[in-house]
Amino acid sequence: MTAPLVVFFVLAGLAVIGAVSLILQKHPIHSALSLIVVMIALAGLYLLLGAEFVAAVQIIIYGGAIMVLFVLVIMLLNAGVEEHTSISKMAGAPGLLLVVALAGLVAATIVRSTDSVLSTSQAGDMSSTLEISNMLFKDFVYPFELTSFLILVAVLGAMVLAQREKS
Amino acid sequence: MNSFLTTNAELLITLVKIALLLFIVLTVNAYLTWFERKVVAHMQSRWGPHRVGPHGLLQPLADGVKFLFKEDPTPAGVDKFVYYLAPLLALALALTGIALIPFGPDPIRLFGHDIYLGIAPPDVNIGILALFAITAMGVYGVALAGWSSNSKYPLMGGLRSSAQMISYELALTMSVVGVLLMAGSFNLKKIIEAQGHHPEWGILGWNIWPQILGFFCFFVAAIAETNRAPFDLPEAESELVAGFHTEYASFKFAMFFIAEYTSMITVSCLCSIMFFGGWLSPFPASWTFTHYFPSAILIPFGVWVIWDGLRYETIFGRIILPGMGTAIAGLGAVLVLLPGVNLFIQGPFWLLLKILIFLFVYVWMRGTLPRFRYDQLMSFGWKLLLPLSIVNVIVTSFVILAKMTWGAK
Repeated sequence: MTAPLVVFFVLAGLAVIGAVSLILQKHPIHSALSLIVVMIALAGLYLLLGAEFVAAVQIIIYGGAIMVLFVLVIMLLNAGVEEHTSISKMAGAPGLLLVVALAGLVAATIVRSTDSVLSTSQAGDMSSTLEISNMLFKDFVYPFELTSFLILVAVLGAMVLAQREKS
Repeated sequence: MNSFLTTNAELLITLVKIALLLFIVLTVNAYLTWFERKVVAHMQSRWGPHRVGPHGLLQPLADGVKFLFKEDPTPAGVDKFVYYLAPLLALALALTGIALIPFGPDPIRLFGHDIYLGIAPPDVNIGILALFAITAMGVYGVALAGWSSNSKYPLMGGLRSSAQMISYELALTMSVVGVLLMAGSFNLKKIIEAQGHHPEWGILGWNIWPQILGFFCFFVAAIAETNRAPFDLPEAESELVAGFHTEYASFKFAMFFIAEYTSMITVSCLCSIMFFGGWLSPFPASWTFTHYFPSAILIPFGVWVIWDGLRYETIFGRIILPGMGTAIAGLGAVLVLLPGVNLFIQGPFWLLLKILIFLFVYVWMRGTLPRFRYDQLMSFGWKLLLPLSIVNVIVTSFVILAKMTWGAK
């Protein structure tokens, strides 16, 4: 096995273990920590593909800002160990069926794709900061601006709701 | 054996560099505590550490031994895994940050390998972003320590820390955008080189002049990110006992301590690199006589230490201090005698000098400024720092655009 492949399997394993642990952990903080592991493992995978900028942004935004907010909220609410209720009926047979369907879909995509995991090409030029900004601010400038406008609306909405609560 | 050495040379060199940098950083950390106590003491008309060794120079050693041999109790009801993870996380992330700093422009050629000063290769394209990623993760050490201790004061400290980090990280990242725009790269080495485009300008070519607003925002936000006075609310001793590390004793406490001082060093490195020209000399490049500046500082300082040591009270001090002074003055003399070495250490010398100045500023601020109130901290971060840094980004972008449009082709 080549070195990048070993790194890939370590990171992929970490991501999967983190994701499973996220569901199985009883305490919200432990779940949040597992999610952070997943985020960082994903950032490592991006880095392995040569997408340095995306990897750094993944850690800064998801690993850092968003998960800090999660942890902060869990700490603020002082959430204790989760109470487990009996599994809902929806999560039984239909859920299992959906899981199988999703797994089949993913497997089919992997099998049908011509590139194997081994020969996955580097993201190359498309990953550099210059290329990404060219894409965002030239080719997709209107969708990009629209998205930022949507986010602005959401921020204003949150402000209005918080203000109303106060008075 | 020989083939193993040659095939894995890069790996071995990196391992040696890591060990060396770790040793240097930990030693500097230890003496930074001495430096801080001395400086703050003198600002308050006290002597500071003075008993252990001449001028208290062995105090860090005594502190270290104490940290190692103190009882290390684990309080009842803590979340064991997170409680042990938190100091490890804080320390590991702080030390990782410093691995990304380049300490000098030119590599040393040894055994046919170019050895750069600094662990990360100099062509890391996301240098500054990677550093921010590491700082962004740094908050978990503090927040989780506060939460897992199962105690009220640490929880308050952890909460304050998380909120403070979220608020100041925005200003921190926005404030460097101006510098990145001017350099056109995230690479720390390229950021320094961009400040040396006009070798004759010297200090006038540095980013501090066009980016003085950015520097102000960056330095204030960075102090807040490192939880240092006047932003040390997470460990405000007058309100929260010791904040997030109240329940930590012995070496686990030392780990938080080392992490804090290491982040101070990283921030000082970043300030020097991004705004003060990194390893560039403040003098114009044609003034070659300024290459003797390191010697001109080291020799008088060494002579002063010898003179001071000869009059010291204890016999131990009368032996050690002149010895140290001779070593310092000797180093200065060697630099005069070996022009090649002298030329090589110019870059690292200026960078280290700038880092030292910033560390002094850190201590100076702690010695002079009172702690913020929590609401002041929040409104300062959101209502002053963030808008200022955004204004800085906009103004810088417009100036660069104007230069590109109408400037010299």
